[in-house]
Amino acid sequence: MKTKFQTKFIPIFITFLLLMGLLAFGSLKYTGFFSLQNFFNLLIDNAFLLITAVGMTFVLITGGIDISIGAVIALVCMLSANLLQKGWNAFVVMVLMLVVGAVFGTGMGIFITKFKMQPFIVTLAGMFLARGLCYVVSIDTIIIDNPVYVAISQSRINIGTGFVSWSVVIALIVLAAAFYVLHFSKFGRRIYAIGGNEQSARLMGLPVDQTKILVYTLNGCCSALAGIVFSFYMLSGYGLHTVGLEMDAIAAAVIGGTLLTGGVGYVLGTLLGVLTQGSIQTLIMFEGTLSSWWTKIAVAALLCLFILIQRVFTLVKTKKAKPI
Amino acid sequence: MKDIKNITKNQIFWPITALLLVLLFNLFFTPGFFKVEVKDGHLFGSIIDIINRGSPLMLLSIGMTLVIATGGTDISVGSVIAISAAVAASLVGGEMIFVEGVQEYVTLVPMPIAILATLVVAVLLGLWNGTLIAKLGIQPIIATMILMVAGRGIAQLITAGQIITIYYKPYFFFGGGYLLGLPFAIFIVGIVLLIIMLLIKKTALGLFIQASGCNASASKYTGIYVDRIKLIVYTLSGLCAGIAGVLISSNIKSADANNAGLFIELDAILAVAMGGNSMTGGKFSIPASIVGALVIQSITTTIYSIGVPPEITLVVKAVVVIMICLLQSEEFRKLFANTSWLQRRNTLENKISN
Amino acid sequence: MKGENILLTMKNICKYFTGVKALINVDFTLRQGEIHALMGENGAGKSTLIKVLTGVEKLDEGEIQLLGEKVQPKSTHEAQGIGISTVYQEVNLCSNLSVAENIFIGREPMKFGKIAWKEMHKRAKMALEKLDVAIDVTQTLDSYSVAIQQMVAIARAVDVDAKVLILDEPTSSLDKKEVEKLFSIMTKLKKEGIGIIFVTHFLDQVYAVCDRITVLRNGEFVGEYQTKELPKVKLVAKMIGKDYEELNAAIKGDEHKENKKDFTQEVFLEAKGLGKKTEIEPYDVTIYKGEVLGLAGLLGSGRTEMARLLFGAVKPDEGEMYIEGTKKNIITPLQAIKSEIAYCPENRKADGIIPDLSVRENIILALQSKRGWMKYIKRSEQEKIADDYINLLSIKTPSAEKMVKELSGGNQQKVILARWLLTQPKLLILDEPTRGIDIGTKTEIQKLVIEFANQGMSVIFISSELDEMLRTCSRMVVLRDRVKIAELTEDELETNVIMNTIAGGN
Repeated sequence: MKTKFQTKFIPIFITFLLLMGLLAFGSLKYTGFFSLQNFFNLLIDNAFLLITAVGMTFVLITGGIDISIGAVIALVCMLSANLLQKGWNAFVVMVLMLVVGAVFGTGMGIFITKFKMQPFIVTLAGMFLARGLCYVVSIDTIIIDNPVYVAISQSRINIGTGFVSWSVVIALIVLAAAFYVLHFSKFGRRIYAIGGNEQSARLMGLPVDQTKILVYTLNGCCSALAGIVFSFYMLSGYGLHTVGLEMDAIAAAVIGGTLLTGGVGYVLGTLLGVLTQGSIQTLIMFEGTLSSWWTKIAVAALLCLFILIQRVFTLVKTKKAKPI
Repeated sequence: MKDIKNITKNQIFWPITALLLVLLFNLFFTPGFFKVEVKDGHLFGSIIDIINRGSPLMLLSIGMTLVIATGGTDISVGSVIAISAAVAASLVGGEMIFVEGVQEYVTLVPMPIAILATLVVAVLLGLWNGTLIAKLGIQPIIATMILMVAGRGIAQLITAGQIITIYYKPYFFFGGGYLLGLPFAIFIVGIVLLIIMLLIKKTALGLFIQASGCNASASKYTGIYVDRIKLIVYTLSGLCAGIAGVLISSNIKSADANNAGLFIELDAILAVAMGGNSMTGGKFSIPASIVGALVIQSITTTIYSIGVPPEITLVVKAVVVIMICLLQSEEFRKLFANTSWLQRRNTLENKISN
Repeated sequence: MKGENILLTMKNICKYFTGVKALINVDFTLRQGEIHALMGENGAGKSTLIKVLTGVEKLDEGEIQLLGEKVQPKSTHEAQGIGISTVYQEVNLCSNLSVAENIFIGREPMKFGKIAWKEMHKRAKMALEKLDVAIDVTQTLDSYSVAIQQMVAIARAVDVDAKVLILDEPTSSLDKKEVEKLFSIMTKLKKEGIGIIFVTHFLDQVYAVCDRITVLRNGEFVGEYQTKELPKVKLVAKMIGKDYEELNAAIKGDEHKENKKDFTQEVFLEAKGLGKKTEIEPYDVTIYKGEVLGLAGLLGSGRTEMARLLFGAVKPDEGEMYIEGTKKNIITPLQAIKSEIAYCPENRKADGIIPDLSVRENIILALQSKRGWMKYIKRSEQEKIADDYINLLSIKTPSAEKMVKELSGGNQQKVILARWLLTQPKLLILDEPTRGIDIGTKTEIQKLVIEFANQGMSVIFISSELDEMLRTCSRMVVLRDRVKIAELTEDELETNVIMNTIAGGN
């Protein structure tokens, strides 16, 4: 791969500077901010976001979108809580949830590719379907007290003076796997090709539909895995869990250099995006007086800002301006 | 025979049929559904209830029809409702005070100003969406998603995380009052509908919206400012959501940043789909969407009255949206056309004519 | 000739689209080590035949044999698998990927379960060197010119072990040198035994490299000929059909050449140093009233860009424009429309028709924007206008309320023409108005153009078909590589003069 510095990495570089700036600002302003554990906490609190954002990055690179992920995560939490309450085996539940996520994603992928329906309308319907199914399971919060879940939730893995949770390990494995898939597998390069020019990809004989369906399947799996991790984190299922998470995931990808128009994206950038959002959240938490809603607003503002930056860069880069 | 064909070809035919079917169902299975009583000079009954509760949705479906006609979508309407309800509630607020032993209600700011301010906020939110989409070229789903998510946060900040109760009685008239025996809300819907229909039918706006939605590039070449058209429709959608927010907060006498208008964007999109409008943009009919909204409200009311758990409605609606879009999908139709005798006959005819 | 080593035969190929017969009993034979031109006018069925061969479309009847075995590819992927590769007119690669990836995507060399990037780069370099192209293969494709991209596409097509290589109008965006390079590559590949199907509409190129020619017309097989034995004139006659001579006479005879007017009297529009970076170099042009000015040049030479600047579809970043002596600032189409300029864009489907709107609505659209959205044209007036123009241009439609997408291509073009005539323009810009429409309508449109000019309207006429330009234009501007290079007056309007100017020979 190339090591030469390219202009296309400038937005990621901006993100990196922003993250450093945020961390430096926090360290100077608040005592206790600058610590290894606080950095690990960023990962612990956002492991589920990282997992689902990685899935979202895949979808965005193909030029698609999936806004159902928040609802799928809630559904997974809800279903797991419900099944665990009924005494199901924890590992069976986890596997089943991955299957549910995969089926959900595959279904949406088929609608999008085979019936040429717009991704937004399909995943919008998927979002409401998943939320609706949550309510069908229960309209109340279900607490998870399964010993395996509780044990995973409470176990710590010590690293140096700090510790991380199993969720972080899972998230980092997902990240590494995604990096491998995107940069070193045929499937990964197909994803970029489709995002770059779907028509060309088709004419070059690449299995476009199959690849796209698989991407939505993968994304469904990521959402399900994020849901499992989130249920470790929350130890409960509730129909209104992770409302609006789709924006966080899209924002993480976009802040990390993924183009909304497809064809460009990096999962390591997505990690930076997740960490940036986490830092903002932590800063707002440390401030104490601010409403946690400011996080959402700040992330929204950041998303707008980065979309703007991308626009400027593509305008500069586009050699041939489009008519009108 | 030809007349019947013409009637079924009319876009509004199918939503009306759906509405009649739902009503027919109620005729048989919901006792007292069509009973309308007169109490205190007002009409009461399930039908009246549908009209009253369906008013916000009808308003949203007006704006949403225009947005979808340009090939976009607006999933921020629920949040705009929450924000405008929060703005209206915190400006009207109201206190019950006793003046010489008599109850009196006062507002924080005069009600007309409060409502005007609310609508201005809603228009600004619509403009914001429109700017992101038309000027920055962000996909509509992402642009409006930003407001959908962040908007709830803004509403929370306005209400300071509380549910604001309104104590000013005249304000309740919008969402709960009656005029000529009918809910006042339906008159507001009527007025908005009338104004928008005049705009669509008596000016070229309707034509321009259709053209932009159908082929934006070609529309630009004919001199239409497609960007401005988009800006206008998202602004109108914001305004409609703002009015809906006033109606809802007036009806429930409070503003709840968490739950006001939650998931209503699906209903609005579904209403447009039920109205037989193309989800990819182009031709549209607002009256058909209004009927679509009525169908949805009737179903919701029916579900409540026959005792099906209301939680299931969200699932049903999601499935219906997908089904309608599926029916609009050419690939899906082909799947069936290929196997039908009609197709075989067509190819046969082709061969003969060669 | 390497003899009769038959590589590919297509027999009795038929293809129907709903109600339209695109191919009727077409035969095609390709031998090993030959370059075989597939010729025909637009709509003759060339691209459908290619699509059938490469699995994009399913054939309805007939048989394809590759090296004696019956094949029926269902996708481009399958076609590639059996050795049929295609290079398309517009480069169909992914500009966001590196050059090497574009050559190898879908069949990347793997090592230990990973893509072997180094190996891939090495092999990509070799594949390109075989075509005498030395570039950095790790760069993204969009950092190279269209010509290089074309070479990359060929490298990809050849590297998949192609037996049959289809080049679908590959030269339309290449300059003379690049074309020569391409030809040397083609000859090289031919010597290796590959059969090349060459689709082009440049006659000279056919005679420069091709061994055989197959001609199609209106979806039918006209014949297969040895290039040496078929003079150009005959080829043209075969492509166009018998009525060519009559056609030519009908238009030219009574209307055009006799009315030799001196146009240089009244100026309608004058552009001074008008230009936009990456679109077209600054140019001067003067358009007189009542003349038909042709913009000649290859696809991508800047013809369309020049017109777009005049129409305000692209905002110029330098230069001035004067209309009837007054300086005008035209940066949007609406401003152009208000200055009485009209523009029929090149791509009818993407930029012309509004498919779901009725014929009536499509016709009034430009006039409506000219008047403004507040002054809605009354329905009764709309209907009258629509009927008038349907009659005037003899648009074949059952009613003005028919959706325009249900009309044939030629009638759609007339609807767009009606749209612009309705605005009563003083300057009408027609960008490829006759592309892909039947020959009858073509003639009608050409006649109309001349008629408009006679009535005092200025017309800018852009077409890839030189004959058509010669028939209609009274003056020509020639462009090459996004630069205006010459103006030809009426006396200089001859095929070889124009060809030479376009090619940059003399």
